[in-house]
Amino acid sequence: MQPFTQLTTTALPMRRENVDTDQIIPARYLTAVTKAGMGDGLFSWWRYGRDGKPNPDFELNKPEYSGSQVLIAGRNFGSGSSREHAVWALTEYGFRAVIAPGFADIFYNNSLKNGLLPIALPEETVNMLWDLIEEEPTTTISIDLENQTVTLPDGQQMGFAIDDFRKTCLLDGLDDMGYLLAKDEGISAYEAALPY
Amino acid sequence: MPGKTLFEKVWDTHVVSQDEGAPAVLYIDAHLIHEVTSPQAFAELRERGLPVRRPDKTFATMDHAIPTRIGVDISLWPADAATQVETLRKNCADFGVPLYDIKDEIQGIVHVIGPELGITHPGMTIVCGDSHTSTHGAFGALAFGIGTSEVGHVLASQCLMQQRAKTFAITVDGELGKGVTAKDIILAIIAKNGAGGGQGYVFEYRGSAIRGLSMANRMTVCNMSIEGGARAGMIAPDQTTFDYIQGREFAPKGERWDKAVAYWKTLYSDEDAVFDRELKLDASQLEPMVTYGTNPGQGIGISGHIPTSAEVADPAERRSLAAALEYMGLTEGQKMEGQPVDVVFIGSCTNSRMEDLREAAAIAKGRKVAGNVQALVVPGSKAVKAQAEAEGLDRIFTEAGFEWRGAGCSMCLAMNDDKAGSGKYVASTSNRNFQGRQGPGSRSLLMSPIMAAAAAVNGRVVDVREMMG
Repeated sequence: MQPFTQLTTTALPMRRENVDTDQIIPARYLTAVTKAGMGDGLFSWWRYGRDGKPNPDFELNKPEYSGSQVLIAGRNFGSGSSREHAVWALTEYGFRAVIAPGFADIFYNNSLKNGLLPIALPEETVNMLWDLIEEEPTTTISIDLENQTVTLPDGQQMGFAIDDFRKTCLLDGLDDMGYLLAKDEGISAYEAALPY
Repeated sequence: MPGKTLFEKVWDTHVVSQDEGAPAVLYIDAHLIHEVTSPQAFAELRERGLPVRRPDKTFATMDHAIPTRIGVDISLWPADAATQVETLRKNCADFGVPLYDIKDEIQGIVHVIGPELGITHPGMTIVCGDSHTSTHGAFGALAFGIGTSEVGHVLASQCLMQQRAKTFAITVDGELGKGVTAKDIILAIIAKNGAGGGQGYVFEYRGSAIRGLSMANRMTVCNMSIEGGARAGMIAPDQTTFDYIQGREFAPKGERWDKAVAYWKTLYSDEDAVFDRELKLDASQLEPMVTYGTNPGQGIGISGHIPTSAEVADPAERRSLAAALEYMGLTEGQKMEGQPVDVVFIGSCTNSRMEDLREAAAIAKGRKVAGNVQALVVPGSKAVKAQAEAEGLDRIFTEAGFEWRGAGCSMCLAMNDDKAGSGKYVASTSNRNFQGRQGPGSRSLLMSPIMAAAAAVNGRVVDVREMMG
């Protein structure tokens, strides 16, 4: 897993609530048997017109937000299907973090397992960031995972919460597999005591 | 010390270990897999040279990508669906995982065949790379969807690293009126609590209306916990549960059965257990529900109207409403009763079991699907299909003009060849009304099987109660 430590980047404001995983990556991209190529399908309903050409009105296609590595969206981001493909699509496209007032549980978990940092900030803060960035798209935001802060160019700083264990995994690029395999003895003891 | 909730009892018995400051290592009793979310997990096992730790606790089937048209040979399938199915076959063969293949007698939607085979028991932990794993909570199991990374973790270690969820009691007391079903209960709960209202929680459904539901209906309720934002939903097991499980292939037998039932009877929330949140609903006040929007919380009773922006105080909800209505081609303040439909889909892990098909058939019987409507009935499993055919339901449906299909996810998610066209209104018994969910540009109206059957024969959304004696 790619470690996440610090990031300074412009951001993409997505003024939408309940962005579900079917929007992030429609089911027709799920017929793949590998992870690669999901970035092309990211937000494809919204991103491309019926003719397959990019929809110029969609946030992702606006040149002023090109290269942004942080997505800022409304409440209940990533709701719906458990498809990890949604996270693979976001990371392959180039996003490293998503800021929203709240995330669906499965999406949140999947993000942490792929080095994509989900940052929950209050709705007022998200509204403020949308206003600020839409007014001035070159605004950079700096994320410091170690100190759990998001900082704006004027020095304004917001803290965010993250579980200590998950933070360490992200900082060091560790996944759960090694940890679980090291628990083999305990798992075997548990299995030996199963009632039926 | 206060008593424990059902969730806490199941959770506590599955914690293998918990290091200071780390999530719990949670043991998984049953792992269900399907063709779509497992290939990358098996690839990771191969890369790391790892075996499947407990193939005997792992069960595979194919449901999402497969065509449901009866008698279509795999050579005629879309190439990518065929590749996923062949990949699953190879993975199961290489790693020793039992597979319920489409060419076998037993196959169907993973959340339909699991309980049918008796794999699902009270008190178990059950996971699957599918968010509707919450279905199995109907048996008092802790069951939830996981991503593909976690599928790999469970294959390799039979465990997951998990944070303990908070608890949320949803009590539904009172008697359901005529034509009001389990689907209406869960749609009403989500409409009230919001599509994200269950984030971080496990729901426990309780109360007399829940106790009175059959297992199929309890599965419908628990299935859509995820649409309410909760990863899992549970119902304490009772005699209805035990009667359903007894005698099924993977049910405990003989002395082990008695031991199991004695244990299962301890699985309820203690009277003095404390929930983090509570919600109460009066079943007698519910009516058939229909969704009008693009998230499952955007639903109303059949006699109601789509909210007007003036009725929605919260700015984010107002924005969400406006975006939904623009996509849906509907108007604020409009009633859903009378809304024309183009397609009707009866199926999905929410509503494709025998009870669902029997109830829908009772509405379809002796009537005809409206001329401009395409209507599909897709049984949840081969067993459901065979039973329905034994009862003559297939003939009732086909004589009425419905298509009768093979088992699978079909038009619930538009990743196989069953898709609704752009702009089409779909009266659907499935679980998600997201933009494009049932085909690019499709517009889903979620409702119960009887409401969907009624919409099929009328060509528009009607109040099914008016068609019932």
